[in-house]
Amino acid sequence: MISKKEVKHIAKLARLGLSEKEMEKMEKELSSILEYFEKLKEVDVSQVEPTFHSVPIENVMREDEINAKRETQSAKLLYLAPETKDGYLKVKSIFKDGAN
Amino acid sequence: MELTELTISQAHQGLLKKEFSALDLCKAYLGRIKNRDKEIFAYLTVSEKLALSQAQKVDEMIAKGGEIPLLAGIPVAIKDLLMVKGLKCTAGSKILENYIAPYDATVIKKLRAQGAVILGKTNMDEFAMGASGERSAFGPTKNPYDLTRVPGGSSSGSAAAVADNMACYALGTDTGGSIRQPSSFCGTVGIKPTYGAVSRYGLMAMCCSLDHVGAITKTVEDAKIVFDAIKGKDSMDSTSVESISNAKAQMLKINELKIGIPKEYFIEGIDPEVERLVREAVKKYEQMGAKVQEISLPHTEYAIATYYIIVPCEISANMARYDGIKYGYSTVKSKKHKSQDLLDVYLKSRAEGFGEEVRRRIIIGTYALSSGYYDAYYLKAQKVRTLIKRDFEKAFEKVDIILAPTTPTPAFKIGENVSDPLTMYLCDVFTAPLDLAGLPGISIPCGKINNLPVGLQVMGNYFEEDKVFQVAQIFEENK
Repeated sequence: MISKKEVKHIAKLARLGLSEKEMEKMEKELSSILEYFEKLKEVDVSQVEPTFHSVPIENVMREDEINAKRETQSAKLLYLAPETKDGYLKVKSIFKDGAN
Repeated sequence: MELTELTISQAHQGLLKKEFSALDLCKAYLGRIKNRDKEIFAYLTVSEKLALSQAQKVDEMIAKGGEIPLLAGIPVAIKDLLMVKGLKCTAGSKILENYIAPYDATVIKKLRAQGAVILGKTNMDEFAMGASGERSAFGPTKNPYDLTRVPGGSSSGSAAAVADNMACYALGTDTGGSIRQPSSFCGTVGIKPTYGAVSRYGLMAMCCSLDHVGAITKTVEDAKIVFDAIKGKDSMDSTSVESISNAKAQMLKINELKIGIPKEYFIEGIDPEVERLVREAVKKYEQMGAKVQEISLPHTEYAIATYYIIVPCEISANMARYDGIKYGYSTVKSKKHKSQDLLDVYLKSRAEGFGEEVRRRIIIGTYALSSGYYDAYYLKAQKVRTLIKRDFEKAFEKVDIILAPTTPTPAFKIGENVSDPLTMYLCDVFTAPLDLAGLPGISIPCGKINNLPVGLQVMGNYFEEDKVFQVAQIFEENK
């Protein structure tokens, strides 16, 4: 149903590190779960609209106002980050050595 | 009677009559937690200081005289998926092991405004993904009725704490049954309101279109008290709505009550003793004058497949925020991983931070949403969801209320279902349909099998929580 190669590809899309062993386990488990999903093939939905929300909801609009508390709030949130610099989140380089 | 055995309304009366102080009540619970929680492990965090200071404030309010709100001074436990400012909020996950909530969830704000006393944060399946409590990164909660059994999940600690008198009531969340199923296993009352009736702001999202905040209590009356305190439209949650149902819901006349019994909920695989207890409960309503009829919810058998497609899809999106950059567990400064680039940080932080079930669901969801599969899985599931919802809508044209078992079996043994994800998913067979439809439902105790509690599920139409409470209370009072 699903190959190890596919699991590898999906894991990369999901930015999720998996060991070789986990990939093998995932391959087996996912195949049986996907097989179970096949059950839905029995249901005719050709005339049915999807339900993305159970209760009808509408767009909620508000004024685009400046939030004076934003600066103190952002300091509190940055405090939770593993690495920051000058009020920004710091991330590792996205290019391999030499490229930048 | 011990202070920790009181219901919300009894404790409230006791405070008003000055039979005991809020501080007495708070200390009684903290003492109980100290004695019992080593065995049960319902709490991940006990917020003793916060609780004592809140209790003291309530005593000052009482000393000044006058009315106090119903929940003032009443000790509550909060599922560790809801943010309480200044307290750790882990979601039962290693990835948030040291995360301190920077703000209050709306429901917490509402409880604080009433003078609630917050005892702590309760254990749970990681990010609410599980039906047994065994998926907590910090260890499983035990069922107070039998320590070798699971309390159900994912609101495992909330249900166990209330059942074991380690909290007067608790907040939980329900996406596929996570309030009602552990309530059934632990002999508590658990209400899952209509979708949108209670704000989700400050709730860590698992599956936005299915997540509900609700309450676990000792009695139906208490469940109504808590629901009334936390419900309402919130500008911070665009999907929240004002309950249409008026506060002065008409008093129900039992001889005018039409009850539906869905035949698809009494299928092979249900414990015959569970079926017997639920049928006896139905008979009781009938004897009191209610009109009972068999109904059909024909798409019930597709609910679990539908649910386990929609949920992982939304999970794969919601879990993307845990990236090792903004907050939570990160390998960024780890000495073990040298010379990392950004991709390495993502891969390793998430690999080391997330547990097995979370990783599994991220992979299923990413697969189901990936190019070429969207129509076959996600869109198809949302269409079947429409059919499941229609089943209920048609049923509620004929009946006022639906009665069914909450779970097919009583609490199972720890370790019994953990190795097979599919068996665990089937625990939600009687609870997930209601989440998919967004309808309100409550689980109330209706008997025991070998000392293990069994739950009766009372399901109502949109925003008819008051009717659900009334019908549940009729059974509770005539047990």
